[in-house]
This record gives sequence, C-alpha cells and structure tokens, in this order.
Amino acid sequence: MPSLRSLRFTRRRVVAGSVVLVLVAALVGWAAWPDRTGWTSADEQITVKTGPAGTESVDLDARLYLPRDRDGKVPAVLLAHGFGGTKESVSDNAEELADRGYAVLTWTAQGFGRSGGQIHLDSPDYEVRDAQGLLDWLAARPEIQLDAAGDPRVGVVGGSYGGALALLLAGQDSRVDAIVPSITWNDLSKVFLQQSADTTATGVFKKGWAGLYFGNGAATLLPDAPEPAGSDPACGRFAADVCAAYLQLATTGTADATTLEVLRKSSPATVLDKIKAPTLLIQGAVDTLFPLSEGDANAKGIAATGTPVKVAWFTGGHDGGAGPQTDQDRVKYLTVQWLDHYVKGEGDAPSDDFTYSRVAGFSALDRGLVTNGYSTEAYPGLGGTGSTQVSLAGPAQPVANPPNGNPAALSSLPGAGSRLSELLGGVAADIPGQYATFESTPVTGAIEVAGSPTVRLRAASPTGEATLFVKLYDVDQDGAETLSAGLIAPVRLTGLPASIEQAQPVTVTLPAIVRRIDTGHLVRVVVATSDQAFLTPAKPAVYTVQVESTLTLPTVVGTPIANPQTIWRWVLGGLLLVIALGLAVVLLIRRRLRRRRHDETIEEYAETPLVVRGLRKAYADGFVAVEEISFSVQRGQVVGLLGPNGAGKTTTLRVLMGLTMPTSGDALVFGHRLMPGAPILSRVGALVEGPGFLPHLSGLENLKAYWRATGRPEADAHFDDALEIAGLGDSVHRKTKKYSHGMRQRLAIAQAMLGLPELLVLDEPTDGLDPPQIAEMRRVLKRYATDGRAVLVSSHLLAEVEQTCTHAVVVNKGRIVASGPVEDIVGESPSVQIEVSDVPAASLILEKLGVRSVTPDGASGLIVDMNGTSRSEAVASLVRAGVDVDRVVPRRRLEDAFLALVGDNSRGSGDR
Amino acid sequence: MSAVTGYRPSATLPIWAEVRRQASRRRTQLALGFMVLLPLIILVAFEFGGNNDDDGNGGGAFGSLVDLATSGGLNFALFCLAVSAGFLLVVVVALFCGDPVASEASWGSLRYLLAIPVPRVRLLAVKLVVALGYSLVALLTLATTGLLVGTLRYGWHPLGSTIAAAVPPGQGLLRLLGIVAYLAVIMLVVAGLAFLLSVLTDAALGAVGGAVLLWILSSILDQITALGSVRYLLPTHFSDAWLGLLSTPPQVDDLVKGAIAAICYATLFWSLAFWRFTRKDITS
Repeated sequence: MPSLRSLRFTRRRVVAGSVVLVLVAALVGWAAWPDRTGWTSADEQITVKTGPAGTESVDLDARLYLPRDRDGKVPAVLLAHGFGGTKESVSDNAEELADRGYAVLTWTAQGFGRSGGQIHLDSPDYEVRDAQGLLDWLAARPEIQLDAAGDPRVGVVGGSYGGALALLLAGQDSRVDAIVPSITWNDLSKVFLQQSADTTATGVFKKGWAGLYFGNGAATLLPDAPEPAGSDPACGRFAADVCAAYLQLATTGTADATTLEVLRKSSPATVLDKIKAPTLLIQGAVDTLFPLSEGDANAKGIAATGTPVKVAWFTGGHDGGAGPQTDQDRVKYLTVQWLDHYVKGEGDAPSDDFTYSRVAGFSALDRGLVTNGYSTEAYPGLGGTGSTQVSLAGPAQPVANPPNGNPAALSSLPGAGSRLSELLGGVAADIPGQYATFESTPVTGAIEVAGSPTVRLRAASPTGEATLFVKLYDVDQDGAETLSAGLIAPVRLTGLPASIEQAQPVTVTLPAIVRRIDTGHLVRVVVATSDQAFLTPAKPAVYTVQVESTLTLPTVVGTPIANPQTIWRWVLGGLLLVIALGLAVVLLIRRRLRRRRHDETIEEYAETPLVVRGLRKAYADGFVAVEEISFSVQRGQVVGLLGPNGAGKTTTLRVLMGLTMPTSGDALVFGHRLMPGAPILSRVGALVEGPGFLPHLSGLENLKAYWRATGRPEADAHFDDALEIAGLGDSVHRKTKKYSHGMRQRLAIAQAMLGLPELLVLDEPTDGLDPPQIAEMRRVLKRYATDGRAVLVSSHLLAEVEQTCTHAVVVNKGRIVASGPVEDIVGESPSVQIEVSDVPAASLILEKLGVRSVTPDGASGLIVDMNGTSRSEAVASLVRAGVDVDRVVPRRRLEDAFLALVGDNSRGSGDR
Repeated sequence: MSAVTGYRPSATLPIWAEVRRQASRRRTQLALGFMVLLPLIILVAFEFGGNNDDDGNGGGAFGSLVDLATSGGLNFALFCLAVSAGFLLVVVVALFCGDPVASEASWGSLRYLLAIPVPRVRLLAVKLVVALGYSLVALLTLATTGLLVGTLRYGWHPLGSTIAAAVPPGQGLLRLLGIVAYLAVIMLVVAGLAFLLSVLTDAALGAVGGAVLLWILSSILDQITALGSVRYLLPTHFSDAWLGLLSTPPQVDDLVKGAIAAICYATLFWSLAFWRFTRKDITS
C-alpha cells in the first residue's frame, strides 16, 4: 500500500516538484542565455594613402567596434595585432575595450590577411603612415570624440608588431594621446644581432626567430586572396627591401649598411625622443625574442624627455604566451587604468609603481604556471634596487666550436608556443666538449633576482674571434639545473689573443630574469659555443674561456600583491562559523521546545497506562486510515484491539509508538502525550508490524544490542525472563536470519518485554506461532498484566482476543464499533448453533424452553440464544420431540457482535 | 516522572553501541579489509608487472604518479590514494553513509530504535557521526597501509612529483596528511548525499548506488568544458585539487574553494536529511 500511495501526485508533491523544476530551468537558462553584448561592430574597407610620398593607395581590412549604450561621442582605441595576425586575432581585446566604452578600431596591417600592400616591418613610410590614415578616418567619424578638428581622442594599444607600431606612430603623430605597447622591440638590429658583451662588434644572428618570422610573413597569403602581381616566391608578401635585408642577414650572419638601415628604420629607438603620449610598457620575462632589455631601452628613451612612462613585467612573452591568469588580469587592469586616465579622462593618474611577477610553481590541475605578483614604488631598471655578489669557481677551459653549428646546444624553442612549464622545466641541453662551467658554492640565503646579472669573461681564440653563449643555471640540491626562461646571452668577441693569459676581460650582461634562487641552491654559469637559436661560425675551432669569479646578481625585493584568491580562505572561515552558529541556534531552540512539550502532564490520566482520545490519521494523499478512535487501557487489563484487516489497528499502534504523527487527537501514556521521541515511550514495550532484527546477529546479540541502544543499566533488562518467554533454547545463539517466522515472532515479543515495561503493545502477537505456543503466550500475557502493568493486543482473530483479553475494542473502517469487558460483549450465555432435521418444529420446542431468541440460519440451522438454558436440556427436549439433532456448536456473542458490527464483509477498510 | 528510571534521551543509542552495531556487519569488515588489501595488491602488481609502462596512457594527471609510485613509501601511499580517490573511496564512503539508516529501515529495526525511544535527531546524529568515523578510518587505513607497505618495500624517500621538485620526507608526510585531509573534506559531499538518500529510501542499495551515480554524473558533467562557469558549481569540480599540494609552494586556492563547495553541499544535504527525518512518518 505505501508504495502505491507514494506514487500518487498529491498537491504538495506537484508544487515541490514544480518549484525544483523551475529552479533548475532558471539556473540552466541563466547559464546558457547569451549575454547581450555591450557593443556593436561593423567591418570596414578603409583605403589609405601610404608610401614615402603618400601616393600609394592600400585597402585595409578593418573593423570598428562601438559601445552600444554610448552617451555622446566616445574616445577611440587603435588596436594593432601582432606579426602574422589579422584584425581577428585581437577581437577579444577589442570587445573588452568596447565594453568599457571605447570605440575600437582594429585592422589587418598591410601585407597580412585580406589587406592589400606588403610587409614593410612597421616602416614609418608604410605601416605607420597607414595608421595615420586611420586616425584621419576616425576623426571623420561622427561617433568619435575629438581633441581638435581632425584630431581624435585616441590611444594606441598593441603587442609585439602592433606594440612597435604604437611606439612609432606616437613618435610620428602627435595626435596619439596614450600608448600601451607590449612585448615589443626597441632596436631590431640589436634584436636580431644580439650582443651581450660591452664591445662594438656586431652581435650574433638570432636565426631561429628570424627564420620563423620570415617564413611566417611569407606564408600569410590567404587561399582566396589575390596573389600580388609580380611577387617573388622567395619573398612572399614581404616588401623587396625587407626581403633583401633578411636574405643578406641570414646568408652572412652580419648586417651590411642597407640591411642596418632597414632594421633601424623600423625601430622605435629612432623616435623615442619624439614620443609625447604617456606610455605604459608591458614586457614579458619569458621572451627570447624581445627580452626585458628591449622594454627597458624603450622606457629609458621615452622617460628621458619627461613623458610619463610606467613599466610592468609579466611571466610570459613570445616564448611564454599570455602567462598565468593572475598576470593576464594584472596586465588588463593596468591597460584599462592607463587608457581610462589618459584617453577617457577618468580615474586618478596611475602611480609610478612597477609591478612584476615571479614563478611560484606549477598549477597541478592545468599544468600551467602559477606566479606571485610583486610591486615596487618605482621602476628599478635592469640593475635592480640592490645586488648580491656570488663567487664562481672554475679554471680556464677549452671549448670546441662545432662546424656549421651542429650539433648545437638547446636553450629555447622559438615559436613552440606557450608551454611555459616545459620551457621552465628545462629543455636546456648542452653538448659535451662545447661548454665550460663555473660554479658557486651553495648560496646561504635566498636571492630574489630581478634584472640582468653580469659577469666578466675572458676568451682566447686561434682565429681571433669567438661566438659564445653565456647562460646562468639555478641548480638545486639534487643537481637539477634550470635555465630561467630559456634566456641566454650571445656574445661575439673580436680581436682575441690566442692564449687565455693575454685575454682582456669583457663584461657580459646576461638577459634580465626574475627568479628566486633558494637557499642551498648553487649558481652555475655555462659558456657554450653553439646554440640552435643562433648562427655560429661555420669553421671548427677551439676557444679557451674563463669567467672571472664575481657574478653580480641584481635584486629587487618587492611587496607581494595581494592574491585575490585569499578571500576564499576568509569565506571558508566565515562559512564554518555560520554553520557552527546555525547549528548551535537550532539545537538551543529545539531543546527549549522539547522540554516544554515533554514536560506537560495531564494529571487526570497520570495513573492510566493508555488513553487514546479522538485519534485521527489522514495521510498526505488524502487517505484516512483512522477516522476517530478513543479508548483507554487501565492497569491490570489485557485489552484486545479487534478489527478486520485495514481497520486502522496498525496505524493506531504506530501512533502509540511515536512512529506516526496523528492528524488530530492524541494518545496519552500515564498522562503524557505521545509524540515521536517522547521520553514516556520508555515505559512502553512494543511489537508492531512484525519483528525487526539485525540479520547478522544472533537472537541474544540482538536483544543485547537493542538494550544497549536504550542506554539503560543492563540489570534492568531482565534478560533471563525475556529469554524464557522467547523459549528459543540454544537457537538463541544462531543468527536471526536463519530463524523461522515463529522464532522471530517470539524473540520480538521477548524484546518488547525487555525491562518489563508498564504498557506492552503487541501487534498480532500469535502470528506464526503453533497452537501450544499460542496457549503459552496467552498465559504469559495474562500473567504480565499484573502488578499494575497493562497489555494492548491487536488482532484480527476473535478467538485469540476472547481467550486472552479482559477487555476488547472493536474497530472497523477507522472507527470504534464496540468496546468494553470481553464478558460484556460476549454476554453470560453464549449462543448455540444447532442443526436439526425439522427447523419449524425445533423452533417451537426451543421457544417453549424459554430461550431468549431463535433465529433460522440456513436450511437446517438455528441460532439459539440460550439465556441460561443448558445445552444438554435443549438437545434432550428436541430428541424427545422427535427432532433429529445433527450438530450442536457453541457460538460466541463476540463473533456475533463482530459480524453484526463490521458487517459480513470480507473487504477491509483499506480497500475503501 | 515521565520516563522510566534509568532512561535518559541523551544516553540512548550510545556512539559505542552504534559502532558495535556497524562493526558486526560483514560489509564494514569487507570494506575496511579491502582498504588494507588494496595497497598489497598494488604492491604485488608493481612487483610482478615489470617496467614496461609505456602503454600509451601516460600524460594524464596520474601518469607521473605511476612512474613515481615505486620511488618511496610516500609516493606509494600517494599512488594508492590517487587511484582510489576517483571511485573506490566514493563507493566506500557512500556505503558507510548511505547504508546505516536505510538498512535499519529495511530490517524493520528502525521503528524499535525509535520506540525505545531514541530521539530522531539523536539517532540520525549518532548514525552520521559513526558513518563519518568509519569513512575516515577507511581513508586513514588506506593511507597508513600504503605508507607502511611502501616504506617497507621502497624505503623512506622524499615525496617526488613531476610538477615540482621533490619534497623532503618530513614535509612530504605533512603534504600526504594534507591530501588525506582534503580527500576527507571532498568526500563529505558523497557522505551528505548518501546520508540524505539513506533517510529518503528504505533500500540501502538505492542510497549507496544513488550517491555514487550522482557523483559520477557530476564528474562527467565536469568534463564538458562547454558548460563554462556552471562547472564551478559541480561538487566534483575541485575533486582533483589535492594535486596542488604536490607543487612547491603548495597551491591551496583550489583546495579552499573545493572545501567551501564540499562543506556547502554536505551541510545542505544533512540539513535536508534531518529536516525530513524529524518530520516523516516511519512506515517501514
């Protein structure tokens, strides 16, 4: 029945279900609902005049983003992409800036994507002039805020190729109001011919990156883009002069005057003194292409003229990518702060502080880097705010230069993308015989390096020249060495003596790094002859190198930037506190309510074991199991609760055990109201709805486990009495799952009697017992109800109630139909059923004997209420009168009463 | 005087009685026994499995842990925890927390406990405390056995991980304890869910299976990156955050978030369980 009932859709369930459904739908909808963007965008084809004379037309593929809810004219941002990209590569940044109220113009630089023209490497005559054309175009747009006629309010933002454009444009066009160039170069000739020693000799050709970029530029033709007429397959979309410069450089490894001119022209270094726009310079610490020194040179050059400059470093770059999330957030914040103040005119002027980040470890989940942010009050440059000297030891050592640079050591993987972890984990590998090492002793205190370390190097070469690579390794206690960010210092020395004794020391400035060298680690300086990223002399040679003992490490001790994630720790603490407080409050309230409820006593019934008053139980689905039941059980009584199946007996008993809450009415035990958990229940022993035992325990263990759960002293249990009643013999030590139904039943009765409770409630106690056991049980129950105790037995068996009980309560369809002493209900003289051969004659004879009533029962039967007449006299009279008597069966009043009361209806009230 | 002499509501169903009730059950003994057996099985597998571990499934979160498992007792214990965290521990915790109320209901003994009367809140609280206790014992047994067996076989060496430098043994032990503690906190979600289901149903299997099933469902949803930020609300989203304790310095941000999520879910589930149990009609 309960299972069927639970399937019904009650109003409460429907309401609860609907609420849950609506909540889930709302949550999913909220998550899946596309955000209404705060901007609109339109693709534009902008034709600008370009070239040295401003006469060449080029079509630029552009897109203008406008804030959707703009109030009047808005300031603009020119957002430039990196080398090999298109306007699409910066669309995310453009959308974010447009969301912040800027009109954002992105375009594909000439020579890339769907734009026309050729790649001139940010030449002032081409790409920079294009950007000036875009400024004109912006100034003509009605949506854009103007400083003067033809002068839009505009900031220029870009990374790498776009960053250099920002610098060069700001140097060439005073209409630019602020720039945010990131990971970009200062001087291309120094970038691609890198020289870390303080000599005038040309640097070492950075062939890895140069080749990658040249190939990248040559291959940026889209499948459906028109092939430029007369293009050279060797040059792709590169302009002829740029292409020639690359070919010359890559072939010889040195730059001739023309090449130098091309590279210089494309370098912001030439225009830094003309930049008046406040500049936020963002440079990456994991960048072997444009290392921190390029940003440093830009910062110094611009600041020299008094223009506001702010510098920030992050853990990323051309090798490291966008960096960890914390760094990306910081860079975005700084960019927006800069633009808001200098372009939009909102917010305070950004302070001069310098922020940087240092690798703290690897993220265990996504294998990315985790960094901590730090800040100092001012930009310290590459020399740090302090310095630590470390002594290096090692003799002069011969190192071999491999022919054609093969095999070559590995330090970085240009263009390998942003697998920062691998890069920092150490792809570095040196080739035996090609390097010399100089080591310090383990450092005694952690050194927080931020900037360019310097060493002095002496070298001798039989050819008079040497190309060397100086690297700084951090070596931990286990000997694992790490080349910070894969950065190395290429050195090309000329005019060297053949013997090391005559060699003059040169100062080598190693690439700027941000790293903490922990206590116990040692520092190893390696001088190698080859590197896969650089071009080295083709001829084999053996150099001798000697690093002098002093290594100077610039240090910066920054203030940690608060990690916004730490707020969650406070949230966790707060959460625990709230839960603890909530629990305490709930417990206090409960305790108070409990005490008030359970302390009530109704004095009138204080001595009555059980009083049930107007009990009604209706289930949530509307089924009424008990309509109204009232009765009482007095001390010394064995009361039978009699009724057909489904009459409401069991529901009544469930209420008596505190398992079910009545809908109305109540049950009082010794004057205390019964409710779930009421202490008065401890004076009630019960067997309701069959036994319930732990199947894996023996009968005795079950009783003991039950008694342990009461928490009462073991002596109060009277185990011996209970076991005697159970009568299980040795079976008491067997597991209850092996018990028969009857054995379990007896054990359950014994359990109900543990502690000899004053009121014993038994539901169908004789269920499963054999006749002798039933007889024994009757005796036990009768004996139990002495000494002021009482028993309530429910049963659907008339004979059982009649023979066991002193009182009976007859229940049908949830109502009491009769109650009182069994004798009252049964009456003094029971009726008799007589089967005779002649019913009318027998009726007459019997009526003359003075019986109370004679009722025909079937074809040959009579039911006679004897009213004191003995059965033998009745039979004798009938036989004397010649009536044959087939059968005489005593018939109880209770059964009559029962049948009369409940009707001859085999259907229980549960089937109503 | 309302109660019989010797009866005190706060003395009913003593914790120790419930501990014994559960200890006598075969499933408790089997589950705890398996926690001892598992490290031994893994050890035997390593001993007889040889070194041909290039079967192409490396690179996952555990790939590196497999390689390191035989490098010392700490790493062996860590490996045992790592392979159990995803499923075995979930099942064991669901078993300990989903079973006690539902099985009493199915045996019919629940109504006799309530008729003693054990106050419903006390019954539920004792069952919950003991279930959590057994869950913790299972977790600690697994870790301790792993550590013991691993140390005896592979020695007392630093805790190695491929995502960071090796951690010295002393500190490594602390990290391992931290991982055990975090796993214990994360498993509160399973404990809460299983316990709630245990109160809602009479079928112990339904409660245990339901909790495991929902946990797996949450894990699957967490794999679908297209769900975006909704995934942060999933109880399993931070279930692997303990890996952060293997890096140097330890990354605790995700652990804190995971703990917040787990505690919120567990509190919610337990509140619902208590709310329901103190109001429902016991019909079994």
